[in-house]
Amino acid sequence: MIVAEHLEQTYLSGGRPLTVLHDINLTVEPQGFVAVVGPSGSGKTTLLGLLAGLDRPTRGRVRLDGQDLAALSEDDRAAFRADRVGFVFQTFQLIPTLTALENVLVPLELKPGGAAGDDQRRARDLLARVGLGERLHHYPTQLSGGEQQRVGVARAFANRPKILFADEPTGSLDAETGHGVIDLLVELNREARTTMILVTHDPELAARARRVVRLSAGAVVADEPSPS
Amino acid sequence: MNVRFALRMVRREGRATGRRLGLHVLAIAVGVGALVAINSFRRDLERSVREQARTILGSDLELRRNQPFPDSVQAVLDSAAAAGVPVSSATSFGSMALAPATGRTRLVQVRAIAGAYPYYGGLTTQPPDRWLAFRDGLQALVDPAVLIQLEVGIGDVVRLGDVGFTIAGVVTNYPGQVSLQSAIGPRIYIPLDQLDATNLIRRGSRAFYEANLKIDDATVLRRFLYRHTKLFERHQVSWDTVDETEDELTDAFDTLARFLGLVGLAALLLGGVGVASAIHVYVKSRLDTVAVLRCLGARQSTVSTIYLLQAARLGVLGAALGVLFGLVVQALLPRVLAEFLPFDVVPRFHPAAVLEGFALGALVALLFALLPLLAVRNVPPLRAIRRDTDATPRRRDPWWFAAGLALAGAVGFVSVRQAPEPAIGIGFAATIAVTTLLLTLTGLGLMGATRRFFPNRAAYVVRQGVANLFRPRNQTLAVTLALGFGVFLIATLYVVQHTLLRQFRLDARPDRPNLVLFDIQRDQLDGVRALLADRGLPVLQQTAIVPARIHALNGRTVDEILNTPGAYRYERWALRREYRHTYRDTVVASEQVVEGTWFGERRETDSLPQISIEQEIARDLNLGLGDRITWNVQGVLLESRITSIRTVNWARFEPNFFVVFQPGALDDAPQMSIVLTRGAEVNARALFQRDLVERFPNVAAIDLTLVQRTVDTVIGRVTLAIRFMALFSIVSGIIILIGALATSRLQRLREAILLTTLGARARQVRAMLLTEYAALGALGGLTGVLLAGASGWLAARFVFDVPFRPPIAALAAFWIGSAALSTVIGALTGRELARKPPLEVLRSLSE
Repeated sequence: MIVAEHLEQTYLSGGRPLTVLHDINLTVEPQGFVAVVGPSGSGKTTLLGLLAGLDRPTRGRVRLDGQDLAALSEDDRAAFRADRVGFVFQTFQLIPTLTALENVLVPLELKPGGAAGDDQRRARDLLARVGLGERLHHYPTQLSGGEQQRVGVARAFANRPKILFADEPTGSLDAETGHGVIDLLVELNREARTTMILVTHDPELAARARRVVRLSAGAVVADEPSPS
Repeated sequence: MNVRFALRMVRREGRATGRRLGLHVLAIAVGVGALVAINSFRRDLERSVREQARTILGSDLELRRNQPFPDSVQAVLDSAAAAGVPVSSATSFGSMALAPATGRTRLVQVRAIAGAYPYYGGLTTQPPDRWLAFRDGLQALVDPAVLIQLEVGIGDVVRLGDVGFTIAGVVTNYPGQVSLQSAIGPRIYIPLDQLDATNLIRRGSRAFYEANLKIDDATVLRRFLYRHTKLFERHQVSWDTVDETEDELTDAFDTLARFLGLVGLAALLLGGVGVASAIHVYVKSRLDTVAVLRCLGARQSTVSTIYLLQAARLGVLGAALGVLFGLVVQALLPRVLAEFLPFDVVPRFHPAAVLEGFALGALVALLFALLPLLAVRNVPPLRAIRRDTDATPRRRDPWWFAAGLALAGAVGFVSVRQAPEPAIGIGFAATIAVTTLLLTLTGLGLMGATRRFFPNRAAYVVRQGVANLFRPRNQTLAVTLALGFGVFLIATLYVVQHTLLRQFRLDARPDRPNLVLFDIQRDQLDGVRALLADRGLPVLQQTAIVPARIHALNGRTVDEILNTPGAYRYERWALRREYRHTYRDTVVASEQVVEGTWFGERRETDSLPQISIEQEIARDLNLGLGDRITWNVQGVLLESRITSIRTVNWARFEPNFFVVFQPGALDDAPQMSIVLTRGAEVNARALFQRDLVERFPNVAAIDLTLVQRTVDTVIGRVTLAIRFMALFSIVSGIIILIGALATSRLQRLREAILLTTLGARARQVRAMLLTEYAALGALGGLTGVLLAGASGWLAARFVFDVPFRPPIAALAAFWIGSAALSTVIGALTGRELARKPPLEVLRSLSE
């Protein structure tokens, strides 16, 4: 489902090249659930950005669901994401001018053909599923952090993605709320049979995955099944 | 591109944009309103002129000459009259009027009339129907101003020369006459057959002779003119028909309306700058949303469309609002300009003007929004997970150049289209561009300078406030631009107005003349001087005046010149006009010799009298040093040679001349004199004038303090019209200023809350905000004021050609005002902060 070969990412920092990822090779089978862990600055988020096609690697290539991302233009990659990829962000990243329902509808509307009545129903169902059936028309500022992230989770699954990327999904939440969100995420993932890449530095959270990839200083230092 | 999604997003985002950008919609609306109003009004004027041209002229054909019609022309008129064509005659001239009952005197325009003119238009008198009836015996009709100025009423006597006329009534409406005209020279109408008895028209007196014919069949009129054109031209008879009147008036008012329109356009462009700065801030606040949309799979074109459509909607909304506003103003304009208009203007709905204003407003809003909107294209989806990802535009982005070019092109096109002349439009657009550029540089310079010369030793709050000027997400550029541009526009209008008004200010120093006596005949000169001496009034200047026409230039007669292919090199009017010469051996203060030498310093080899000619008229006549002019001085031909060329400051209230003769040649020519004197006392001047009129009825006296008052009135009306249009720019500027400061206020409020949360006291936060806003206001305002001074100088030097002296105090006031406004907004921001708990403010701020 996800194949990364010899990924390398180098940025210019203060005029000098700074390599943040070295020769990353990774394969994730369909419906796999991989946690990418490591300390701050180890390159987790950079790797996520490359795997999701949000950025181009300096070297190496990424294949998602059989598609070589390098062969696609920026816009084609966007269309690809609209079709097959879902995201959960650390800072929720709900669009502040849109209600909870409208936020969940965005990925559906971005698909060719736009939002039909079915999509409306799906968005409502998803919000009900994450426990926000009564708060469809609330704006993000009217929701608590945990509620916002639950909207984020509902949005991530809206377009029935084949692959889901979650970037520190509990990073902005307290432990209890965070657990609730993770429970939801794992549950929905299981139901939808989505392949999920979870970036976190929380060992407890990583333990929920089936496989843990550990990064340090931009390189994979461990790749093993989750202890649980 | 997913258009449906884009449209949906526009609708949803609109909930927030309305609140954020509403103010800028108003700024566009004000600009569009100004344009719609002025362009509709222009069409109203055109239509009114078309409908009322005949009324304004009062006849179908008017013939004019500044000497009595020669027998040949009079014969044509007589035969027309004999054939049944209504012909009216009139002689007009300036003269002193004396009211024996009150002892008041006043320079008036006397119009001696015969015939039924005006044939068209509703001339009204009070009591009614006196226009034709008053002509039996020694009666006169007067403008209302005459009654006021002489303090007399109907039935009283007014003396003109040797004759006393009983005032039979007042002319309450004279078609085609601008009411301002009556303020400058109120008219007294007398029967033409009583004119000789007044003894006012003497040799050399300045008078205008008119004949008005009613030939309402256009073919007959054309044939009449065709037959007599040659004769009229030979005798310097000029004529006007309804068509020509229409053209002249249309041209004149079109120019006026276009100038006012340019001021309106400034308001619109100011609105555009406001939109640009608002969109810039808005786009910055939307970068995260854009990144998330890209991340979730929105194409670049879809996202760009969302924000482009939002800008377009703002423009359309502002333009629509502006149209409504403009229609209201259109109805007001005739009142503001009533004093200038010789006819009634009825406001009508002009779809073309409305559409043009609407389209222009929407276009300006969109084009100004385009540059800041381009930032949307450069937001990488990666930003959704990495906030620090750079979203700055790529260098050499062809879209950026295209948008810039489109904006510059549109501003240039619109300016040229609105301006009375393309050159003025280009100058206008260039000024706007240069100002924007300089303000941008100032903003950037300000950021760089504060960073470089940071006040390290200042108090903590001052350091924080100053640092805000260059910290990330600062508002320095936006505020400098909006504030500076607003101040620039407002101050420029003021400077230009001040410069023009100063030009007409009478020199009131105690040694300057304030009473001018003219048309003094040679045999009256000693008597007038004796009367002056008797009253203790000094003769400050005595100048002889000799009327003359050009007969030939360098031996070629005027007719020869005008009938050769090279005629285009000469200004026709300069060849044909009547000149008033003087002779003296000194250069006066208002003139300066720029070429050649003044007489007396060197003898010419030939014996021709030497003359000094004014620079502009020399150019119009295609003449230079050494050239010869043959003058027709009341029938006697006199050849002269140009030995010097002068510049003349015509704006001074002093007798100035195109041509000055070397003393000697004109001593014996028929001439009149002008005497300048000064009387400190108003009453003494009035008494002197009364006695002067009684003893020398044909001598006219002008009290310059009264002239000054009239000039002030006229200029007051002109500036009222300009100020009225400038008001739009000012309102627009203030809206944008508040908008720009309010946008930066949100940003600063957020930071201030962070600081209070970290333990800063409200007082400290307030001081920081005050420092920043005072610095922004002071520098933005200063730039605007300096640029206004520069453009005022340019306008004075190149457009109006008058000396420039900057109104320092007023400019300083503008500067202080803008800094104060900015500081007040800073203070208000701080107050809000102190009143509410941080969390509440934070919640209310989040989008």
